[in-house]
Amino acid sequence: MPDIKVSIKNLYKIFGPKGESMVQKVEDGATKISLQADHKHVLGLNNVNIDIPARRIQVIMGLSGSGKSTLIRHLNRLIEPTAGQVLVDGEDVLAMSDSELRDFRRNKMSMVFQKFALLPHRTVIDNVSYGLKIKGTDKAEMRERSQKWIDRVGLSGFEENYPAQLSGGMQQRVGLARALATDAEILLMDEAFSALDPLIRKDMQAILLDLQEELHKTIIFITHDLDEALNIGDNIVILRDGAVIQQGSPQEIVLDPADDYVRDFIKDINRARVLDVRSVMEAGSSDSGLSFASDTILESAMPDMSKADVSSANVTQDGEVIGMVTLADMIGGIARPESHDGDQVTYR
Amino acid sequence: MELFDEFPSMGRTGLRDLKKGIDFAFRDFSRENGEAIENFFDPLMHFMVWFEKLLLATPWPIMILVFAALAWLGARSIWVVIGTVASFLTIGWFGMWEDTMATVAIISVATALCIGLGIPLGILMSRSNRMQAVVTPVLDIMQTIPSFVYLIPVVMLLGIGKVPGLIAVCIYAVPPIVRLTNLGIRLVDKEVLEAAEAFGSSYRQKLFEVQIPLALPNIFAGVNQTIMMALAMVVIASMIGVKGLGVPVLRAVSNQYLALGLMNGLAIVALAVIFDRVSQEYGKRLQKHRQGGHGA
Repeated sequence: MPDIKVSIKNLYKIFGPKGESMVQKVEDGATKISLQADHKHVLGLNNVNIDIPARRIQVIMGLSGSGKSTLIRHLNRLIEPTAGQVLVDGEDVLAMSDSELRDFRRNKMSMVFQKFALLPHRTVIDNVSYGLKIKGTDKAEMRERSQKWIDRVGLSGFEENYPAQLSGGMQQRVGLARALATDAEILLMDEAFSALDPLIRKDMQAILLDLQEELHKTIIFITHDLDEALNIGDNIVILRDGAVIQQGSPQEIVLDPADDYVRDFIKDINRARVLDVRSVMEAGSSDSGLSFASDTILESAMPDMSKADVSSANVTQDGEVIGMVTLADMIGGIARPESHDGDQVTYR
Repeated sequence: MELFDEFPSMGRTGLRDLKKGIDFAFRDFSRENGEAIENFFDPLMHFMVWFEKLLLATPWPIMILVFAALAWLGARSIWVVIGTVASFLTIGWFGMWEDTMATVAIISVATALCIGLGIPLGILMSRSNRMQAVVTPVLDIMQTIPSFVYLIPVVMLLGIGKVPGLIAVCIYAVPPIVRLTNLGIRLVDKEVLEAAEAFGSSYRQKLFEVQIPLALPNIFAGVNQTIMMALAMVVIASMIGVKGLGVPVLRAVSNQYLALGLMNGLAIVALAVIFDRVSQEYGKRLQKHRQGGHGA
């Protein structure tokens, strides 16, 4: 069990004048729709429990209206919950005083926004140093650290430009550099790449993964794009109507979707790019002479097998053979699961 | 059917007593407190007298240089500077230099006072919806009530002179800056504000680093409006003893001097155009960062 950085416990958010009194009704089984119809309150989050491990990328995904942006804003308390706890390193964020909360936001948790949220009247370097300025870092150090992050996200030479002069992708690099510059251990990313073109989005994901390899921050990443979630997430939580439907590794989600909602989500993805040989292997060993490390994804394993003209291969972990895969296993793995009875799931 | 023929009014004696009551009460109030209030405004009056004297005592070529320099600082346009210099030279040539300086003096002080009072009030208004609900109708009244009506109590309290004139000008000129400060701050992008909050900004940091800078174009539009409205009050202010271009206009009206009225009226227009162009160009420059274009 990896150490838990952020722990969300029994979190409820009900929008409306008498949210607190509605918690009981939700516990008694009121749904988002019935709460809206009978009590004119909107159910934002419904008994959310998530343990987020340190130094990993935790993806929270769901369609719009599923409560994911509401949830992430509870972590740094941009939104006050109706009930529940958010523990960061064991400390309850919701119990912090105003000044404790300010210190917490300045030093421990920073955030990247969907629409970048840069200061339009400040240059790139002043935007990147915003968090440091708020903290009262001295000028020379502020300049130096900001410059380092501008270089790191590939914006050297644009220091004195205004945000409006940059493309969307470049603006979000500024947003990322701004968040990284404060050296916070936890990075919240609220649909950070959703407003970008697909190619730029891939590019930004690569930058993020690249940075993460050396920084090892605890990243909480919100998205509605499953490809993105599978690409960058070490763990994925799926939200619907403010409730957690499923949580697990990308492999677990793809192989064992919890319900039709999740099944619908994953039906169009490239399974060969998500599943590794370990997830489809069987017991035994192969004498084909070919072997794959257990985390090799099917997409790269299958061409190798066809090139070597074999139909099975060993799966190894730390040099030990732990099983074998056949082409049939692999094809079975990437086949789209049949939907249960053809029922179309509808979303509101 | 007497009820339909005549409106049921409260009756002549009742009405007279009511008016008398109010008048006497206010007169007693002004007798008791007039001096204290006058003393309160004393420093302001001394400042205005000093400022007007300063403008008049400074040799006119230096004053024109100062105006040209201010126009350049504000507008950064050689045409605005040329227009400014030409206007002041013409005004001087037609013998209106002293009145113009007196008007510039009261407009400057009134604008400064309106900014000093209006921006903080606008900020307070943007902070709370209740405050906005209270202040908005007051501003509506200040802008629509005929100026002569509030001249009466002001004159009763403070007599005739610069300070009551200044107050009358400010009552009329302060609403736009309050309104536009409030509006500008309310229009600041919610996500940018959220970002400021997420990075741990304190209230002051949010206000001075984000809200006011982003509201500045709107606030500046308010300053521009305030200057224009202050100029519009020049003639009315001259009725209660404010020196300046309004005085000859008033004289022209009562004596049917067409040329005198026209010349002084046009001098007011010239001042208005200069103030407007300079402050608008300055406001535009504040928004320069909004222009796109890569590598610009």
